[in-house]
This record gives sequence, C-alpha cells and structure tokens, in this order.
Amino acid sequence: MKKQAKFGVGIGVILVALGFLAWLGYGESKTYYHTIAELQTLNSSQRSQRMRVGGTVAQGSIRHFSGRVDFVLEGEGKALPVSYGGSDPLPDTFVDKSQALVEGHLGSDGRFVAEHVQAKCASKYEAAPGGDTKGAAAGSTQPSSM
Amino acid sequence: MDVFGSFALLLAFVCAVYAFVGGIAAIITRHPLLVKSTRQAGMATCGLIFLGTFCLEYLFFTDNFSIAYVVSHSNRDLSTFYKVAALWSGMEGSLLFWSFLLAVYVLSVLITYRNKNGELMPYVGVVMAGVQIFFLTLNNFVESPFKALAVSGATDYFTRADGNGLNPLLQYPEMVIHPPNLYSGYTGFTIPFAFALGALLARYPGEKWIHLTRKWAMIAWMFQSLGILLGAHWAYAVLGWGGYWGWDPVENASLLPWLTGTAFLHSVMMQEKRGMMKVWNVWLVFCTFLLCILGTFITRSGVVNSVHAFAQSNTSSWFVGFIVITLLVCFGAYLKNRDYLKSENQLDSVISRESSFLFNNLLFLVACIAVLSGTLFPVFSEWFTGDRISVGAPFFNKVNIPIGLLILFLTGVGPLLAWRKTSTESLTRNFGRPLLIGLVAGGVAFAFGFRAFYSLMSLILCVFVAATILLEFYRGAKVIRARAGASLPACAIDLTMRNTRRYGGYIIHMGMVFVFIGLAGAAFNRDVQKAMQVGQTMEIGPYTLMLQEVETKPERNYTAQRMLVEVLRDNKPMMMLFPEKRNFITNKENGTMVAIYSTLKEDLYVVFAGIDPETQMPVIHAFLNPLVKWIWFGGVVVVFGTLVALLPNRRSVLVLAGAPQPVQPLPQAVTSSVALREGHD
Repeated sequence: MKKQAKFGVGIGVILVALGFLAWLGYGESKTYYHTIAELQTLNSSQRSQRMRVGGTVAQGSIRHFSGRVDFVLEGEGKALPVSYGGSDPLPDTFVDKSQALVEGHLGSDGRFVAEHVQAKCASKYEAAPGGDTKGAAAGSTQPSSM
Repeated sequence: MDVFGSFALLLAFVCAVYAFVGGIAAIITRHPLLVKSTRQAGMATCGLIFLGTFCLEYLFFTDNFSIAYVVSHSNRDLSTFYKVAALWSGMEGSLLFWSFLLAVYVLSVLITYRNKNGELMPYVGVVMAGVQIFFLTLNNFVESPFKALAVSGATDYFTRADGNGLNPLLQYPEMVIHPPNLYSGYTGFTIPFAFALGALLARYPGEKWIHLTRKWAMIAWMFQSLGILLGAHWAYAVLGWGGYWGWDPVENASLLPWLTGTAFLHSVMMQEKRGMMKVWNVWLVFCTFLLCILGTFITRSGVVNSVHAFAQSNTSSWFVGFIVITLLVCFGAYLKNRDYLKSENQLDSVISRESSFLFNNLLFLVACIAVLSGTLFPVFSEWFTGDRISVGAPFFNKVNIPIGLLILFLTGVGPLLAWRKTSTESLTRNFGRPLLIGLVAGGVAFAFGFRAFYSLMSLILCVFVAATILLEFYRGAKVIRARAGASLPACAIDLTMRNTRRYGGYIIHMGMVFVFIGLAGAAFNRDVQKAMQVGQTMEIGPYTLMLQEVETKPERNYTAQRMLVEVLRDNKPMMMLFPEKRNFITNKENGTMVAIYSTLKEDLYVVFAGIDPETQMPVIHAFLNPLVKWIWFGGVVVVFGTLVALLPNRRSVLVLAGAPQPVQPLPQAVTSSVALREGHD
C-alpha cells in the first residue's frame, strides 16, 4: 500500500504542476473568435478580450503608412477598420479581396488593432496548406518554437 | 486514363469489401480456401490502388488539363520533380496517396506472413481491409481525384488552358519528401493497430503480436519522426518567419500519434519482460491509430482554423463517423476479451526500470492530452460555451517544455535502472560521473552568460544523458575488447550489432539529445529588420550585411526578385547570400526563398521581406538563430538509430575471430556484463 501511495504522490505532483502551468498558459494566450457582425453586440468586458476576427479585405482599402498598414475587413455586410502595426511583413497572400484573419484587440474608437494578420488567397479553390501567413500567425511577437 | 483510373479504384473498393466480408466468413468457417481467397483479394486491392495512383500521375505527366485535379495543381511548365509532388498537393490526391501508402504496407504484411501465424492473420487482414474500405470510399464516392472539369462540383476551379500551377509554397524540394514521410508514418501505424485488434479479437496467446508488430511500429515511428522534422525544416526554410515550429493545428496533429507511438515503443518492453501493462499497450496502439486518423482529418478538413487547413469539405462527417465506429469496435473488443489482458506482475519499487517506463508513459500521455486539448480547444469551447476560444504558443510551451525536460531526464536514467529494484550502489556507479559532468557543463555555460532557465536545464540534462549513453558504449566495448582485443571503436560497433535493439535505442536517444540542444538555442534567437538602399549595411551579432545589388531575373515558371547580400565578419568579406521573392507567372502567387548560412553554432537567416511601399526600398529581415542545425542533425541520428535497431542481432563475431587465444573472462568483465543485462533487451 505504501508503495502505491508513493507512486500516487509522484504522479499527483507532476499532474498538479503541469495543470497549473497549463492554466497559466491558457490565461495568457486565450483568444476569442468573433465575426465582424458580432463585435457590435459585445459588452464592455468582452470587448477588452484578445480576439480573432475574419473577413474579406475590401477592394482598394489597403493603405500603407509609416509603421502601420490600414485596411478594411468586410463580412456579413458589415465593415471593420483595422490597423496593423506588427513588425512582421504582411504575408504574400495579403491582397485586395483575400480572406484575412486578424488577431489583436478592439480599440476604444472601434478600430481593430491587429498584432497578427493571416491571409489566404481567395482566387483559388483551396487555401495555402502552409501559408506565408505563418509569418503573421506565429511571428516574432510570439517566439513559439519549442 | 481517368476512366481507367477511377475504374481501378472502384474495383479496389470491391476487392476490399470482399477481403473484409470474406475474411469474417473465413474466421467463422475456418475454411482454408476462403482464407486464401480473402488474402488474395487483399493483395488485389493493393495492386488496383497502385494502378489508380499511377493513372493520376500519368495524367499529371501528360498535362491532361481536362481533369479538375490536374488543372488546379499543375501547369505545363512545372518541372517533373514537382509533377510527382502535385499528386499530394490537394485533398483528393492526398487521400488517394494515403490509400496508396497503406496499400504498400498491407501488401508487405500479407506477403511477409502469407504462410505464418495462420490463426492470427485472417483477423489482421479483416482489420486492414476495414481501414482500406474507409479510404477507398472517400477515393471513389466522396473526393474522387478523377473528376472531369465539366462535372458539377468542380466549377470552383479557376481554370487556365495551361493549368493553374502548383502552390508556390510547395515548390521546394523538401515538399516532395516531407508529405510522403509523414503519410508513411500516419498509414504505418495501421499495421500495429491491425495486429493489436486482431490479437485481441482472436485471443491470440502470448506476447507474439508484440514481437510481430515491433518492426512495423518502428518503421512507422521512424517515418513519422522524419516527417515531423522535415515539415519543421520546410517551415523554417520556406515560410520566412525565422522559426520551425508554431504549434499550428496541423503540426500538432502530426505530433500527437508520435507521442503515443513513442510511449508505445517503450511500454511494450514492460509487456515483453514482465508481462505488465497489457491493457495499456493495447489502448496505446488503438489511440495512436485513432490519432493518425484524427491527424489526417484535421489536416484535410479545416475543422480547426489553421494556416494549413484546406477549404471546409464534406469529408468531415465521414472522418468523424469512421473514428466513432473504430472507437466502438475497439471498446467492444476490449470489453469482450479484457480477461485476456490480465497483468502478470506488479510494480515493486519506485526506483526501478518499470517505474521509469511508467513515468515515461505518463509524461508522453500528458503531453499528448495537452497538445490535443489545446488544438481542439476552439471546437470544444464552441460546443460548451458558444464562444470559439483558441489558445496559442504560450499554452503549449508552458506545458510541453517541462514535460520535454522530464522525459529527457528519464532518457538518461531509465535505461540504466534495473528491473524490479535498483540498489543505491548501482545508482552511484551509473550516474555519479555523468551527473557531475552535466553539472560542470551547466556551470561553465552559466559563467558564459547562458541564463535562460529552461535552456540551462536542457543543456545540463543533454550533457548528462549523452554522458550516460557514451559510458554505456564504453563499458560494453571494454568488455568485448578484453576478450577479443580489437580496437575500442570496432568493439563498440560489434557491441551494437550484437544487441541492435538496445544500442540502436541508445543511438536514437543520442539523436534526441541533439534535437534538445537545438531546441534550447531558441531562447537566444535575435532578429533585425531594416529597409536598405544598395550599398547600405546592417549589423546582426558578429555579422555585417551589405546590400550589393537588386536584380530581377525571369525563370521558366516564375520571375525572381533577388537581393545580393554580402556578409562580412570583422570587416572581412565572408560570402554572398541571395534571399529572393518569386512571383509565379501562372497564378500570380508569391513565394519567399530564405537564404541561410548554417553552422553548428548558429544560423544566419536572411529574408527579403518585400519593398517598403513608402520609400520603395527593399526590406531585409535577418535572424540569428543559435544551434538550429543540431535539430536536423539529431533527426538524422534518430533515423540512423532506428535503422540499426531494425537490424537482426549478430552473433558475437569478434569473439570467434579471437578464438585462438584461450578466452579468460576478467573479473571486471563479469560485473560489467551484469550491467549489460540490465539494459534494454
């Protein structure tokens, strides 16, 4: 019995410690998916969460400024102005009418401040099965290698 | 040719159904002719799948752009090399490729054991045919690669007379070898699964199925490892973000069966040596197979939002259905025959080989659960709370880095612990010096400013584990030298060949040590980005990069925009690097070619990130990534070790060669050979 108790304690300590780390990591990185239409229905605490929003890049809306790129995402008849100020270059697939996924926070003025941008080309049946998009998905702001 | 191909696949489906139904009938009636005919039906299935696959390749090579799959994944100017790879560049083709690789395995199994294990093979054949039926259903009725362009449902394809071209990201040599390796891993685990389920259903006596499947499990594991590493290297060399692992759902999907598969390869030893963990092993194999199917599903269905994910497709329900049915069959077989899996022994001591295996398995399983839950978190959170929540790299890193280090620790300790119970004296003898060497290495590294906690721990453990492994080789070789008198390296080779499984295992462990050294380097990555005019320079670490020239160069299939970057060190020119962007003519897509100068110490990784739209100057993004090369080197060592472990044991040749002298085993040789026996096999 004593022997089994030893194993139990060992296993328990490992699981509790890892569970705690998992909980920390979860809190740090959880991100909510929303559609553009949903953004207007969120309450103030939900608006402050980290989120991911998908849509189509509006034709002719991409404008380059020093240090940031502005564009408009469209979806379900609504539009969302986005500012991207990340250090990674925008993916090669990011062009007018491409499908894009932005990750970041909603600014107080209703403009979305994106830290990462992923894009896939709309002209093809399939999206890229790798994606330069990864540059945006897991780039320098999140050192993600193991 | 397309009609021929689709007909071959249809016939393959019919044969597989016969092999399945006839196989069940053969098990019930035990009629020898029925057994034989179902086995031949199984072989015919494989032959017909080969034929179907070759038809699709033929269509690619003849530029038959009336076929939807060909037109959307190839073009006339695509080089031959990539026309082969175009087969698995999309949904329909890769599912066919799955069937193809599975057929290779199934055929090898059917031929290898055609006259052996008569009681077990019909069961194995039925399970394999069942899996083949599922994939052939997809190939024939859901995602047929032979659809002609005019057929409805193919209208989404954007067509050009000379083909749409292959995705530029896939036009890279590794993309031709990465998917076949990974898929060989995914499909290969079908064989251990078929044997495990077959043995359970047949109540096949003893641990024979474990012996039979070890080889197949190792082959699948080797391909899986190689596939994962090649994928990481491809991401590193092509995607241009400076890293090799992003905890992307598809990467995670490939890691999951590897984790359970690795756990299985270790815990089978418990069953072979001590008759323990039988239930656990059977379920590990079941889970590994299910995770392979899940991995294929995640990759192909877009169920989790991933940069890899393909467009949502109608295969999702098929995959979910197959996973549920397989799970039910496994569970049913387990409930019916669980008494067959009774354990023969119990754990004796916390410090023993058994317990190290137990903890090894626990850690692999926890890692698997963490990665699985993190990957599927968006799906489950949406079910339960209505919000689609994803977790990112911090979650995966926080859990998996400590697990990785604990497993690394066990890698050093486990193989040297004795079965049942280990004495304190043997602990000091085996681990005293390696631990000391590890700590000294850690101290030196700390003094040189190596401060990141996990990286420092990783370094200490890597040195410790490497020392234990080398010490093992040294001790074993010394014993042989005492008897045979050959040189130490020759003795080490002889030692390895005498017990390939054990020493092959050590080589694999050594490879993993190298991989961990490489991973530890990630804590020290640096990067600089700068818009530069010709003649300007930027500094990164000890290097100075000078932009010499910007050139635009038309190639057959694309136009390259190439930066000529000179690398200087201490103001002395070292070499030229040529990062470039490629604009593919047919589909107007872009591809990035990263220029990497790789040494064992660090990689200088230079990307042409694009033209700054304001100043019209080219932007160069340079990374300095320490130790990355060790990861790829470790991968090579792992594969080499697996190949060694697959070899049959050799009789002690060197002893025979030295036979003229009377063989007098020395006293210390006796104690050492006791230590030898404590090892893997």
